[in-house]
Amino acid sequence: MQIKETIESLEKKFEVRDLNLFYGSFQALKNIDMDIYENKITALIGPSGCGKSTFLRTLNRMNDLINGVKIEGHITFDGKNIYGKDYDLIALRKKVGMVFQKPNPFPKSIYENIVYGPKIHGEKNRDVLDGIVERTLREVALWEEVKDRLHRPATGLSGGQQQRLCIARCLAVEPEVILMDEPTSALDPVATSKIEELLNTLSDKYTIVIVTHNMQQAGRVSDFTSFFLSGKVIESDKTEKIFSNPANKKTEDYITGRFG
Amino acid sequence: MTEKLKQRNQYKSIKNGVFYGIIGFLAAITLISLIVIVGYILINGLSHINWEFLSQEPRRMGKEGGIFSVIIGTIYITIVAMVIATPVGVAAAIYFNEYAKGGKVVSTIRFFTEILAGIPSIIFGLFGFAFFVVFLGMGWSVLSGGLTLSMMVLPTLVRATEESLKTVPMTYREGSLSLGASKWQTIIKVILPCCKSGILTGLILGIGRAVGETAAVMLTVGGSLKLPNTIFDSTRSMAVHLYMLASEGLSREKTYATAALLILMVLLINTAANFISRRLGN
Ligand SMILES: Nc1ncnc2c1ncn2[C@@H]1O[C@H](COP(=O)(O)OP(=O)(O)OP(=O)(O)O)[C@@H](O)[C@H]1O
Ligand SMILES: [Mg+2]
Repeated sequence: MQIKETIESLEKKFEVRDLNLFYGSFQALKNIDMDIYENKITALIGPSGCGKSTFLRTLNRMNDLINGVKIEGHITFDGKNIYGKDYDLIALRKKVGMVFQKPNPFPKSIYENIVYGPKIHGEKNRDVLDGIVERTLREVALWEEVKDRLHRPATGLSGGQQQRLCIARCLAVEPEVILMDEPTSALDPVATSKIEELLNTLSDKYTIVIVTHNMQQAGRVSDFTSFFLSGKVIESDKTEKIFSNPANKKTEDYITGRFG
Repeated sequence: MTEKLKQRNQYKSIKNGVFYGIIGFLAAITLISLIVIVGYILINGLSHINWEFLSQEPRRMGKEGGIFSVIIGTIYITIVAMVIATPVGVAAAIYFNEYAKGGKVVSTIRFFTEILAGIPSIIFGLFGFAFFVVFLGMGWSVLSGGLTLSMMVLPTLVRATEESLKTVPMTYREGSLSLGASKWQTIIKVILPCCKSGILTGLILGIGRAVGETAAVMLTVGGSLKLPNTIFDSTRSMAVHLYMLASEGLSREKTYATAALLILMVLLINTAANFISRRLGN
């Protein structure tokens, strides 16, 4: 009862209702209902192939890129249906940023990677752009490491640095939500813990949805957790609740490592 | 057991050696024939290339004087052809690879593009003559020739561009789109810059074909030895000039000098392209 009340006092950033997604004739998401709360970290967990990435990509409509995808149901973002007829896709993606599983900096300089988004959205002033570069690199704790080589190729950075750069690139367009698909799976433990620390500081200002295969990670960083299984959401709740006292037997089996 | 292994290894290394030898021999033949051809032309031609030859206009049909107007004509025709072909070729490749993925229309167009690549150049010349020179009334001109050549180099350019578009990882596209870039912005700002050296390669192959083309140019540009002022003037390319000199036996010296210069020009273009593409790569 106590938990329910506090949840209800939170702002909902996304409301997903009765969402179904088909790749051709294959149904990858089945009747998904989920709320994603503002300035909280929501973790998506579940075995491989259960639809976590697919779901994440429905939130910024990245699935639109794939041929033969059919989507039913609706997702509202700040109260408006993003699958509505004349929803502005570019405005959506500006507000809902994404960090990918493998770091994917553009083959440009560190500086150019970060100012890419702001430039696209019309920022031309050199001083403003310089400011954005410093602010975002500081936010991801990369500034000290790269301030002397801002104009060198981003591909020369280590994997962990590249991933933090990608997060900085995402922050540079001032999103409200950051979607992350296994952002640390390609990184070593040190780089991973840096990103996890970063997530904690970012959650004051941003709504974060993170897919992870790492139970400890979900437990450490997230406020809410949703457990996916073969295209369905089995259980969504506060992270402490899911990890200490899951309502569903399948959730318990999964987090205790009995399958998956 | 170990004896057998040793034997087998020995056998393997002999086999390797034989293959290595055969491949080396074939490579040597390629290299030697190249050196002989280029060497023969250069030895016969280089000594006749001098300042007079480069700077003077041809006199008495090219028997005397230089080939200044012909050099300018060659450059002129090639530039016009590439200026027309490059945007069209790159745009077509972008359309095929980024917009119309798969689909019947694309495979049909691609089929015809492939055919286009295999058509003998004299056919292009004939078409260029009938269509640009006569029907559109452009006459024998740099423009008629440039348009005809641009059609000839288009398949090469499209294919080279497409190949390099395919090597651009999907994750770059996703990264750009996820930042709120439009598809067009993604293509212009992320994808095409990755393809610079691929497009340049296509361009160089195209230039090589344009510079070396004889039949199609003769039919569409004509054979005027005067310096062309505008793209509506007739002129003569080095390949055409070479053909004229050789077939009419006007002057052995000038023939070889022209041939040597043509080779040097192609070498220069290739070296420059290599240099530029290496600079772009970094
Ligand atoms: N482009 C696609 N076309 C067809 N089927 C797809 C496509 N992408 C994913 N699928 C299928 O949809 C299902 C869900 O895939 P998804 O990538 O969302 O899983 P996931 O939970 O992210 O798995 P993982 O943990 O391995 O990343 C899988 O069965 C997958 O095979
Ligand atoms: Mg996934």
